[in-house]
Amino acid sequence: MTVELGHIALIVALCLAIIQAVIPMIGSFSGHTSWMRLGHSMAVGQFVFVALSFACLSAAFVQDDFSVAYVANNSNTLLPLHFKLSAVWGAHEGSLLLWSLILSGWSAAVALCSGKLPLVLSARVLSVLGAISVGFALFTLLTSNPFDRILPVSPIEGSDLNPLLQDFGLIVHPPMLYMGYVGFSVPFAFAIAALIGGQFDSAWARWSRPWINVSWVFLTIGISLGSWWAYYELGWGGWWFWDPVENASFMPWLAGTALMHSISASEKRGVFRSWTLLLAILTFSLSLLGTFLVRSGVLTSVHAFASDPERGVFILLFLGIVVGASLLLFALRGPTMRSATTYSGWSRETMLLINNVFLVSAMAMILIGTLYPLLADVLGMGKISVGPPYFNFFFVPLMSGLMVCLGFAGFTRWKNTEGRALLKKGVLPLTISSVMALVLPLFMVDKLTWSNYSLTAVVTLMLVLWVVTMSLEDLWLKCRGKLSSLSSLSGSYWGMLVAHIGLAVCALGVGLSTAYDVQKDLRMVPGDMTELGGYEFQFIEVKPIEGPNFIAYRADVDVRSGGEFIVRLSPEKRNYKSGGQVMTEADIDGQLHRDLYVSLGEPLGDQAWAIRFQVKPYVRCIWLGSLLMGLGGLLAAFDKRYRRRRQRKIVNSSNEGLAFE
Amino acid sequence: MNRIALFLPLALFAVLTVVLLLGLDKDPAELPSALVGEPFPIFSLPSLHDANQMLAEQDILGDVVLVNVWATWCFACRIEHAMLNQLAEQGVKVIGLNYKDNREAAIDWLRKRGDPYAFSIFDERGGLGIDLGVYGAPETYLLDATGTIRHRRVGVVDDRVWNSEFRDLYAQLVSNKR
Amino acid sequence: MRLRLPIGFILLLAATALLGSENLVQFSDESLRARYQVLITELRCPKCQNQNLADSDSPISGDLREEVQRMLEQQLTDSEIKDYLTSRYSEFILYRPDVNKTTYLLWGSPVVILLIGLIAALRLSRRNTAQVVCSGRTEIDHETRLAELLKSGEDDK
Repeated sequence: MTVELGHIALIVALCLAIIQAVIPMIGSFSGHTSWMRLGHSMAVGQFVFVALSFACLSAAFVQDDFSVAYVANNSNTLLPLHFKLSAVWGAHEGSLLLWSLILSGWSAAVALCSGKLPLVLSARVLSVLGAISVGFALFTLLTSNPFDRILPVSPIEGSDLNPLLQDFGLIVHPPMLYMGYVGFSVPFAFAIAALIGGQFDSAWARWSRPWINVSWVFLTIGISLGSWWAYYELGWGGWWFWDPVENASFMPWLAGTALMHSISASEKRGVFRSWTLLLAILTFSLSLLGTFLVRSGVLTSVHAFASDPERGVFILLFLGIVVGASLLLFALRGPTMRSATTYSGWSRETMLLINNVFLVSAMAMILIGTLYPLLADVLGMGKISVGPPYFNFFFVPLMSGLMVCLGFAGFTRWKNTEGRALLKKGVLPLTISSVMALVLPLFMVDKLTWSNYSLTAVVTLMLVLWVVTMSLEDLWLKCRGKLSSLSSLSGSYWGMLVAHIGLAVCALGVGLSTAYDVQKDLRMVPGDMTELGGYEFQFIEVKPIEGPNFIAYRADVDVRSGGEFIVRLSPEKRNYKSGGQVMTEADIDGQLHRDLYVSLGEPLGDQAWAIRFQVKPYVRCIWLGSLLMGLGGLLAAFDKRYRRRRQRKIVNSSNEGLAFE
Repeated sequence: MNRIALFLPLALFAVLTVVLLLGLDKDPAELPSALVGEPFPIFSLPSLHDANQMLAEQDILGDVVLVNVWATWCFACRIEHAMLNQLAEQGVKVIGLNYKDNREAAIDWLRKRGDPYAFSIFDERGGLGIDLGVYGAPETYLLDATGTIRHRRVGVVDDRVWNSEFRDLYAQLVSNKR
Repeated sequence: MRLRLPIGFILLLAATALLGSENLVQFSDESLRARYQVLITELRCPKCQNQNLADSDSPISGDLREEVQRMLEQQLTDSEIKDYLTSRYSEFILYRPDVNKTTYLLWGSPVVILLIGLIAALRLSRRNTAQVVCSGRTEIDHETRLAELLKSGEDDK
């Protein structure tokens, strides 16, 4: 019965979403206050019913109800409880329900936090969100119902969750990622409401900013969790493959990052309005496009996901309606007048614009690279592949350019910055970063030769140190060297600082792990030793072990450095009982300055095994940096000014973020 | 800003949608053969049934033939085998390419399931497989009488595939030969 | 259960064992190994779901890795090796697509987009520089308007 209850709850939620989409919108034109207010209660009610539906599906998993097709395909009695619960979103149908749940959650949050908004605006925002909910609920119910039963003959045992997904990563990664993806529906709805109302004042920009920041934080954390998960789970030591599924999440992130920056100019200075509106539409459209790419099967991906062209048609239709309608609205009603305010060459406005050029170019490049194989196929030019060499070729210079500009971020002023003064501020950081970037790589290797003095490392360090020293110099000047002044700097300033340094830390990880990564694929028998990156690895033995739902071979490898024992690593080769899939479980010893990564390959006979050893310097900084970026976004989102109950004077609104102006 | 410029995103999106719509029909995992229109690669390999009998590309010329890549470790080949037997009965000349397999097991398999092949080439190391661009069994190639590859199918050939991809082309090639 | 061996024995074992472990892929000249690594990461496994030859466990990837190794030993250049493989497996297996008439759009458009963006951004700011002098008045309007809007929202509540 629980399952039928869940099904009905979802249908009720759909009905509420329809009301939420239609009535407040009509009310906003006819002026019926009660009609407009209806959206708020509908949004909350919709959330309650989707949550109920979600709880019912979770219950079916916990109770091992294999008469439900979705449960039978993705669970198993042997599966530990926490994986049964996360298996709810382990495949297509359930993850769509998670989408719906999160979307209704965001809608309810907007409904509850919209007290300060004009009613007409909040009614329209909720109506747009309601319309998106309708689409997703219909999609779930019509094409991918997780509540379908296998009757009359139900299987006694489920066929198990994909072993790749039986991991902590599945518990945290999809919810985080979806919070980010779906969160961008809020600024999207704000943008549509602004277009409908024809009001592009700074007010809508200010209202949508905290939502953008919070969604961006979730997306940032979600993507980096995914990368970390792939790193330790796929067993090859890679952390980013430029796979279509990864690109699908990265494109909204780049567009969202551009949006986050451009909207600050729109709010503070009333410039780039149509551009910001377009970015708000674009970011959410890319989330939807990502859903299409991942689930329709038009592209192949290394990351497991059930795909189905039938569903592809539905999402494409939905995508066409939502994005097509909003872009049409944008074309018809978008602001064409030139902004009344002006700015000069070195102003913060210009710098933000250049930031946007880099971010959006990177986004467009990834979009083109991801879709080009499809385009070539459609045009009959044959099957081609576009992979990491292509993406890196463009992405690295684009991000380097971005980081050069990013150094100046804190120093720029709205309207006008004196170019000469700006350059003068850069002299000291440039000197420090150049010298250190040239010197540090000398100490990164054991025996220095011409060939192992890494240029990649020099460039990386130069950019990273440039961003860090510029940021710190700015901080120093802002607080005039007094620690006591630090506390009076605004949340958005700290947010910017931390996020920018986070980006630098992330770049440090990417650059140095690329420059100094070493790897060996060896044939070893127990007792064999090898040396790699200053560590001695000794293969002790391989023994069979048994897990809850798999059997495995586990190798023991002792790691020493200069004769001193460091750690024992135990990579496994697992064989899952239900599906017979073989999985490589690498074992990693992670420290800030290096990861030791050992994975067990195939048995080669005579007790010999293939083993891959990798030493990856600073690879952890990639995720640490992403966390810092997320923290920065959070600091900015919870800047006091968004929570101010009563706006006193808005006199210093154009200076905010710069506490000492 | 010019109003026309605001229509630009919509126009780009329309193009994108068309591409995606057309892309839905395509199978991204399906690879075209680089050898369609090319002559069958040169090779010199033993026969499956007789290790001393060497076969070469000349042995394939002269008839419109199917070259079927198969192996005993290939699960899908079991499913396909009945179809091949049926085609052989209808008079289609099928040549086997036994791919990275064990000789005894392969001979045993043909004894049990019937042998649709005019003869089988024994490619133990998979060298001819690589020259052909084989990436997994079963694969089936249609060759005209001059030994030029005209079509390739990766995966099982069943009634549906035969009727939609091979039958007409086969008939046409046979009539061309006459 | 693992046997606890005396440390001296382990050291002795270690000294001899250093010779024991051997590279899975052997090269007559170690300088080939770097090229091998680059090639197998830039070549795509024809059978798998978007994996390169280095990361894929499928049999065909193993065969193709051996082919690459064999050709490196035969002193073939990287482009000869790629030509050999594309003539059999089509352009599909190149993760770095060649620049040719089917890929001009792919390789060219990112550059064009970046240039258009940069030119547009600089032109926009130059155009605005000319007007920066007379911006005082609108500035105030803009802020009063924002204040009004935020206030009207308050009242609405």
